[in-house]
Amino acid sequence: MANHLFIPLVSPLLGATLAVIFGRQRLVARAMVLASVLCNLGYSLWLLWLVGTQGRQVSQGGGWIAPFGISMVADGLGAIMLCVASVLMLATVAYSFFTLDPAYERYFYYPLLLLLLLGVSGAFLTGDIFNLYVWFEVLLMASFGLITLGGTRGQLEGGLKYMVLNLVGSTAFLIACGLLYGVVGTLNMAHIAERMASVREPGILTAVACMFLFAYGSKAAIVPLYFWLPTSYHTPPVAVTAIFSGLLTKVGAYSLYRVFGTVMQNELQHLAPLLLLIAGLTMVIGVLGAMAQMNVRRILSFHIVSQIGYTIMGLGLASAAGLAAGLLFTAHVMIVKAALFFIGGAAEQIYGTAEIKPMGGLARREPALAIFWFLGILSLAGIPPLSGFFGKLALLQVGVGQGAYLISAVAAGTSILTFFSMLKIWNEVFWKKAYADMSKLPRVGPGLLLPGAALVVVSLVAGLAASTLVDYSTLAGTQLFDQAGYIGAVCGADGCEAVYESALR
Amino acid sequence: MVLLLAIAIGSLFGGAIYLMLRRSVVKLILGLVLLSHGVNLLIFVMGDGVRRGAPPIVDAQGLPPPGVADPLVQALILTAIVISFGLTAFVLALAYRANQAVGTDDLDDMASTDRL
Repeated sequence: MANHLFIPLVSPLLGATLAVIFGRQRLVARAMVLASVLCNLGYSLWLLWLVGTQGRQVSQGGGWIAPFGISMVADGLGAIMLCVASVLMLATVAYSFFTLDPAYERYFYYPLLLLLLLGVSGAFLTGDIFNLYVWFEVLLMASFGLITLGGTRGQLEGGLKYMVLNLVGSTAFLIACGLLYGVVGTLNMAHIAERMASVREPGILTAVACMFLFAYGSKAAIVPLYFWLPTSYHTPPVAVTAIFSGLLTKVGAYSLYRVFGTVMQNELQHLAPLLLLIAGLTMVIGVLGAMAQMNVRRILSFHIVSQIGYTIMGLGLASAAGLAAGLLFTAHVMIVKAALFFIGGAAEQIYGTAEIKPMGGLARREPALAIFWFLGILSLAGIPPLSGFFGKLALLQVGVGQGAYLISAVAAGTSILTFFSMLKIWNEVFWKKAYADMSKLPRVGPGLLLPGAALVVVSLVAGLAASTLVDYSTLAGTQLFDQAGYIGAVCGADGCEAVYESALR
Repeated sequence: MVLLLAIAIGSLFGGAIYLMLRRSVVKLILGLVLLSHGVNLLIFVMGDGVRRGAPPIVDAQGLPPPGVADPLVQALILTAIVISFGLTAFVLALAYRANQAVGTDDLDDMASTDRL
């Protein structure tokens, strides 16, 4: 029993409540928020070590025996995602302290951020499919609040589309949960995995799997379900866009990994060609969309879509090695993408617009900002020794090793297009001569620079310590693909069905 | 009964999708409400024992007592109702604010964030 798994849920909830109560004393409220994020970060680092040395950690909610209650399970995948989420949340909170209009704070911006962290942490740790749906709703509720907070016309329009399309995705998720319960008669993921083998009509499981693919795919913004993302992500403040880019689509990707990698492995084998097709289309269409844009945040938003393609490619390779490579890449892109949003946001703060045409000359004026931006785009494109190289290398190695040459070629080609499209921002914002007199523009303070720079440094360190990370992600991929081990960890060595039968006797 | 419920669920989904494809925001929201009702009924059907046999409730002999329905689906529906209630309230407020800001109920006029 590892009841400490509830710490990352209790801490943000407590922090959010206290931050609401102490809303008027700004410093106290901020201290509460920072404390609970730091608590999550420290805990997730410890959990990462614990899972690495002792394997999966399981806790049964309310003390119910396994297939009856809600299980919380932390394996390598969950621990890595939890850790990256806490790092991103820390950077976002720090960035918000320095950049955000104080009016946001009065309308409970920080409590909403913590509730987002709560939903995300719950989704990463739960071992129950309906509970996953509930955590999705928790984080969606918080994200609806965050995306519309401020109430500008763009935010309301973008927020409405974001909300409606996400509600449709959630509905599909709920339908899939209901159908799955109707077929296998359980909601515990380990128990579902065990009963999948003995379903009398296996055809219906493929239908359920497609429903899950639609639901999580619309959250993860795969082609052709990505439309809500580029129309809404550039409307809220930069800090919100950065944390959304790091967390929201990745929760969808995580759920795809969990449900297809562990629970419905047979269906993963059926759907693998479709997943690879989706992965290729997502990469290419995302990056082409980015090349057509002339706004920093829209370019980066389209790149989120493109990078999701790589994550799906790891899933579509349908092997432990593929999942491990996809996971390594996803963890990297969460960090680097948020860093680029922060740095791009600093440029936006200086010029007062996110359009790249009127910008220029920033490399001379703010060399530190330019250096970190350049390192960030090198990492995103996959240049050694930054973390992006190792994520893409692992994906291409597995892809070529399994004979998936076409998708590997598309992935490599997309990297070049990614770099090209990021260079457009580099040229326009940093390198070209400034049109106007820049001496009156504000300077970049350390608060604006540090969160993004720190994340770029994390990416650099991750690249230099790549062998450790590759080992860990291999462990996580193996754990994820090891269905029998998952069932054993949740329900005991005899499996869930035995516990179920003996409990009914 | 299952046939009747199937027809009801199908009609709810059909009506919901028709309404959601209209351009009016209000009809879109009504479509979302219908959709959530359709899903609730769908989950309800999944638990009535028609497909899987008995609920996991047993008496001293290990047999399901007669006349007991599966309580789990009802708990799921309750959760789903509460969530969709909250979301509907939020989306109504959001649509109201969007209507104030844009001055129209037509989704085609809410495209300022899509343009290049």
